[in-house]
Amino acid sequence: MACNGTGCQSGCYKDGTGDQDENSSTENKLAADANGVDKHRRHRMTCLKCKAVEATIFTGGDGGGRFCADCFRSNLYGKFKLAVTSNAMISPIDKVLVAFSGGTSSRVALQFVSEMQLKAQKNYDATANRDRSLPVFGVGVAFIDESEIHPVTSAVLDKAVEDIKQIVCSLPPPTKELHVAPISRIYSTKTSDGKQMLQNLMNSVGDATGKDDLLAHLRMLSLQKIAVENGYAKLVIGSCTSRIACHVLAATVKGQGYSLAADIQYADARWEVPVVLPLRDCPLQELNILCSLDSLKIVEIFNEPGAGINGLISSFVKILQEENPSRECTMVRTAGKLTPFPFNRIPEANVDDADLVSQRRQKKFNLKPIESLPPESFCPICNSPMSCYSNPELKPELFRAACCPSCQYQILPDESSSMYQFYSLLPESIIARAKNGNQKWIREKIQDCLLLDEEDEV
Amino acid sequence: MEESHGGDRTRSLLCSICNQRRPALKRPKTLQQICRECFYVVFEEEIHRVIVDNKLFKRGERIAIGASGGKDSTVLAYVMSELNRRHNYGLDLFLLSVDEGITGYRDDSLETVKRNEVQYGLPLKVVSYKDLYGWTMDEIVKMIGLKNNCTFCGVFRRQALDRGAALLKVDKLATGHNADDISETVLLNILRGDIARLSRCTSIITGEDGPIPRCKPFKYTYEKEIKLDYFSTECIYSPNAYRGFAREFIKDLERIRPRAILDIIKSGEDFRIATSTKMPEQGTCQRCGYISSQKWCKACVLLEGLNRGLPKLGIGRTRGVTGERQKDDQQIGVKNLQSKACGSLDF
Ligand SMILES: [Zn+2]
Ligand SMILES: [Zn+2]
Ligand SMILES: [Zn+2]
Ligand SMILES: [Zn+2]
Ligand SMILES: [Zn+2]
Repeated sequence: MACNGTGCQSGCYKDGTGDQDENSSTENKLAADANGVDKHRRHRMTCLKCKAVEATIFTGGDGGGRFCADCFRSNLYGKFKLAVTSNAMISPIDKVLVAFSGGTSSRVALQFVSEMQLKAQKNYDATANRDRSLPVFGVGVAFIDESEIHPVTSAVLDKAVEDIKQIVCSLPPPTKELHVAPISRIYSTKTSDGKQMLQNLMNSVGDATGKDDLLAHLRMLSLQKIAVENGYAKLVIGSCTSRIACHVLAATVKGQGYSLAADIQYADARWEVPVVLPLRDCPLQELNILCSLDSLKIVEIFNEPGAGINGLISSFVKILQEENPSRECTMVRTAGKLTPFPFNRIPEANVDDADLVSQRRQKKFNLKPIESLPPESFCPICNSPMSCYSNPELKPELFRAACCPSCQYQILPDESSSMYQFYSLLPESIIARAKNGNQKWIREKIQDCLLLDEEDEV
Repeated sequence: MEESHGGDRTRSLLCSICNQRRPALKRPKTLQQICRECFYVVFEEEIHRVIVDNKLFKRGERIAIGASGGKDSTVLAYVMSELNRRHNYGLDLFLLSVDEGITGYRDDSLETVKRNEVQYGLPLKVVSYKDLYGWTMDEIVKMIGLKNNCTFCGVFRRQALDRGAALLKVDKLATGHNADDISETVLLNILRGDIARLSRCTSIITGEDGPIPRCKPFKYTYEKEIKLDYFSTECIYSPNAYRGFAREFIKDLERIRPRAILDIIKSGEDFRIATSTKMPEQGTCQRCGYISSQKWCKACVLLEGLNRGLPKLGIGRTRGVTGERQKDDQQIGVKNLQSKACGSLDF
């Protein structure tokens, strides 16, 4: 193919020939159905991976995937593990925090991280010479209570928290600490009524999509706060391929084409605690299958469908995916070809020397210095990199100018007279981010990455 | 579900520009409610700014306006001739139409184009498939049947304007692609994974290194403002030329947030795409000289088949024979997503 003859980097074992195999894969499936009764039946219905056992799971994805339960599990876990190891997401001395919303994706992330930890523990226990073996990374779990914004009865909330405790207790050993925090915790303890300020802040946003996005930004702030306060080195977010595909469209539709590349990589070190997305290559459909296969419990709370444009995009992507089972993968792969930012990898300082194995396996980004020029500034609300420099001198009346155009439109008040009020409701961390501190801090991190690039070239 | 921004829900009593007449429409771009008279003024002035700011034309150039008889091209013909006169661009303008040779199909649209010729005082040139390829679509369909004709529709139509423009020795071709078309293309390129096209589909001028550059003066213009009524001509030979998902999605988006269309274009302009992934080297067809990444361009492959009485040549999904063939198959893969697949002849 002339235009983009590179294979799929996202580990979906598609050979990069584009959409054309979609048709043939559907045809194969139809052919398989039509020939279901003939003598080839047994051959056709065996698991694609082990070719020994009858396939019971049909993922419908690339090549019309069909697996036996064991191969399905190991294939899905394999995608997770490949993402973790090839991007140095978890190093043995790390303590990682898994964000758990109760939904399918983060439930699987939690399960897989625990399994990986258990394997590391077994390796450790089996090694005779303790001095030479790698330590085992630690795992914690965070659940953000959004009842201040999505009101639920206390009985419902208590039940959900109880279920989450049960889930965390039932994970394989070692024991994991669970952090449950109301979202208003982003306001410092000095603030007497964080809850009220939070509600006023949310109510000041008229745009349904903007409200939805602001909540997502605040959720990230909450998770970051828990991670920082408890000494976690990484924050694991369970965003799956489907979720990321929706984000690709959402960012495009909101005019965030420049910053999109930052959000969809495996690693995102623009935060104080780097964020990693180990389920980037796993479609939601497969995660759903795993949850029902292994009876992984889901907690349905606060995961309402997106509002406004976000809701429209989810339903559009859902239709696209039904019409073509590899559509989401193609979208994420396309966006994955956009040039990432220097902070889209785990800074080397975080990778322990002892972790040579993982370092060797690590596929380095080949960031060309010119292509990966750092952004000039970051939006204080959504933390999007911006290509133009914003005024670091911070006063409420200049706050608008420091934000990205998307936040200006859908989150900030239209009238400048309401700006003071809005500004006064923001949590300290956003104000601090706006006050140059964040930009300087990120610049230092980026500097590390850039220096490493130069070293790589030598 | 409409999002609330300012006081745009309330209906103003007077036009927000002249403050004299009653408003007739709300501009999607600015949400201003304005009267018809003021609309024409700002509409034309905006196109003028786009032309000047992007240096779309040079004095003395010979410009073909792609004329399909559709709303986009009719409005483009009007605005171009008007601005050329008003601002003294010094352009030699004419209308360029393609006649596919489908009985009855072009009659209406050619009538419209002929009316434009008189109304705007622009000369009209019609090039036919017969002139360009030696075959009319009716003859092709007779030869190959209805099943595969859309391969021909697509390939021949994509090249027809360029070939006609080359035949008439023009400097540039102006087409009526509007903001909705371009935002749809951005989305389709994301959906089909075409990063190379994604990187250039928002350019206001394309093919500057090729024989005939194309430009899109309506790049930032909402379809809603061009077509105050809906007009569509679907390919009568295509059994199911349904409107695509992507276009409907964009219309839904526009309903919730009108500026989303321009935001998509902005995203398309701002995507960080490495210069090395931009378009692959393009050579020219050894047979006809049209740009092609292969020895022969797709049209020549199809024509060879027709002329040798082997019309299936160049159709079908066999992989690995020519790269170009695969690209076209890829387009077929997303045919049902896009609205202007081969059906409507509104280019
Ligand atoms: Zn198997
Ligand atoms: Zn922002
Ligand atoms: Zn007026
Ligand atoms: Zn057709
Ligand atoms: Zn040719």
